[in-house]
Amino acid sequence: MSILVDSGTRVICQGFTGKQGTFHSEQALAYGTRLVGGVTPGKGGQTHLGLPVFDTVQAAVRETGADASMIYVPAAFAADAILEAAAAGVGVIVCITEGIPVQDMLRVKAALAGSDSLLIGPNCPGIITPGACKIGIMPGAIHQPGSVGIVSRSGTLTYEAVYQTTQAGLGQSTCVGIGGDPIHGLEFIDCLRRFEDDPATRRVILVGEISGSAEDEAAEFIAAHLRKPVVAYIAGVTAPPGKRMGHAGAIISGGRGTAQAKFSALEAAGVAVVRSPADMGRRMQELLAAS
Amino acid sequence: MHLHEYQAKTLFADYAVPVPAGRLARSAEEAAAAAAELGGGRWVVKAQVHAGGRGKAGGVRLVDSVDDVRRSAGEMLGSHLQTRQTGSPGLPIGCVLVEATVAIERELYLSLLVDRARERVMIMASRSGGMDIEEVAASDPRAIVNEAVHPAVGLQPYQWRNLGFALGLQGEQIKAFGQLLSGLYRLFEREDASLVEINPLVVTATGELLALDAKLDIEDNALYRHPALVALRDPSQEDDKERAAAEHDLNYITLEGNIACMVNGAGLAMATMDLIKLHGGEPANFLDVGGGATAARVAEAFKLILSDAKVSAILVNIFGGIVRCDLIAEGIIQAVPEVGVSLPVVVRLEGTNVDRGKALLAASGLNLIAADGLSDAADKVVAAAGGGNGKPAPVRA
Repeated sequence: MSILVDSGTRVICQGFTGKQGTFHSEQALAYGTRLVGGVTPGKGGQTHLGLPVFDTVQAAVRETGADASMIYVPAAFAADAILEAAAAGVGVIVCITEGIPVQDMLRVKAALAGSDSLLIGPNCPGIITPGACKIGIMPGAIHQPGSVGIVSRSGTLTYEAVYQTTQAGLGQSTCVGIGGDPIHGLEFIDCLRRFEDDPATRRVILVGEISGSAEDEAAEFIAAHLRKPVVAYIAGVTAPPGKRMGHAGAIISGGRGTAQAKFSALEAAGVAVVRSPADMGRRMQELLAAS
Repeated sequence: MHLHEYQAKTLFADYAVPVPAGRLARSAEEAAAAAAELGGGRWVVKAQVHAGGRGKAGGVRLVDSVDDVRRSAGEMLGSHLQTRQTGSPGLPIGCVLVEATVAIERELYLSLLVDRARERVMIMASRSGGMDIEEVAASDPRAIVNEAVHPAVGLQPYQWRNLGFALGLQGEQIKAFGQLLSGLYRLFEREDASLVEINPLVVTATGELLALDAKLDIEDNALYRHPALVALRDPSQEDDKERAAAEHDLNYITLEGNIACMVNGAGLAMATMDLIKLHGGEPANFLDVGGGATAARVAEAFKLILSDAKVSAILVNIFGGIVRCDLIAEGIIQAVPEVGVSLPVVVRLEGTNVDRGKALLAASGLNLIAADGLSDAADKVVAAAGGGNGKPAPVRA
């Protein structure tokens, strides 16, 4: 078991024949992802990486029965690509593209309200169920099937959490990078709810960042609904106020959204919060030993 | 991207948002000529810099003669303005805005920005104009009213009525406020603004609304579709190092400490700063070399780091995902002699092809300190930098 994607998930790639789309499709195929085709408008009917290319997502879904899409189109075309996937009824839309204008994402989110499609990202590493399905840019080799559900706003920090849990021999059930953009799809709590309901997920690591209120909402949700142990790390304690740290999201203003405030909220919810990013796997092992 | 007040006001006028009559001047004589052309007996001379707090810093001067306009402009132009938002020595004043003054009856506050939690453009307004909105929010939160605009339907008349009446406007002013706000919302949406702020928005003695000040930020991600706005960029107002970094697709922010970091990924870069602090050191910068860290980019990153005289040690922390560790190692081996790095460099590599990367570094003959894991890397770089601030290391939560 896992959340959102598994070995049965049929995946298409939007931006399939581009440089990024090609590279990461090859990686996904090598990992064993059930990639069933791709979309590049104007190249329908061609074959790429041994798979069919379609002009539209609608045609790709009709012909392949795809239920997930990974998007590698440039930022200027990404909003359109997300909406095209949703209109074609794709269940899980993973948008890797970074740099999508906020105004575009505001319109996309408004249009997705009421749709059955789930959006992961944009500006995220993607989602992986180790040993079964990799949709995104994460290095497959550091993962190991196991019991820890990981949800994170940052790409490379997700890899740290993955690596540490693999080193600790725990492995991962599913890892979701929800992305660092201010307006994005799936939230921490959407993933936490699914982790709680997933028998394969026995424990959870949450990796947050300064700014915004998503970690505070996660803390409330954990306190009310999560029975599984949670380890959390929040990056950016030392970030100076008012400065933007890479992700558009990571700006702290005044006292709101500071890492310290998030530490307190999570600890009050019974979460084991680590101050050092090196301690995520170790702390999880300690929790296990104590239980 | 920040715009100057005069640039914002030009855009405001394009969207039918009323602004005072004004002229831009780049010399004292131009300023005097502008005042004479504007007419009247009282003018305001405003330094054009990318920072708030200009008034208290002497960057906004009210003067009563053309000679005083000339003198004020002459004093400001070519000097630096240091406000509470700038460091020392402040920002250079390359031009001033000369405006005719109006009799003011009331000062209001108005801003538009994206509320990430509600996923809407949010309009904030307050009767307490002229004050910092943060101060108002802290002392009298009920004085702030807001409306969130649905992106599909746009700003609705009931929303500007709600705000207008709450601001104490009446009669024709409500309609005028609706027009002003509609213009601002259109501007925000079409020009991909990330912030529009008018503080103060004034009601004049004759009952008209006027944007006395204007702050406008454009979202960097959307600049590709606004070439006319890109042309308004003023490099003199930007940090040299941060600009050089941006030109090489590096994300760099100067901090106060002495341990430089070079990291891939924004989250890991922030985490690395935290880690250095936790182990008793002080980070000198935030530097994200991004996902596609090439040898050329690593070399540029070293140059940037070394341009900061405070730096006494460097930590390279790379989690190779798509970027292979052996390529990063080659980049480091090429860049260190090329740039002439003589400071201690601690390298922590993890991820794809890590063994090959480590072997390359070990065989390079360069004076690099290899680290195993995050904590080891932090300990080693803090020690290499002279033990940080004398605080015991390491510290664990």
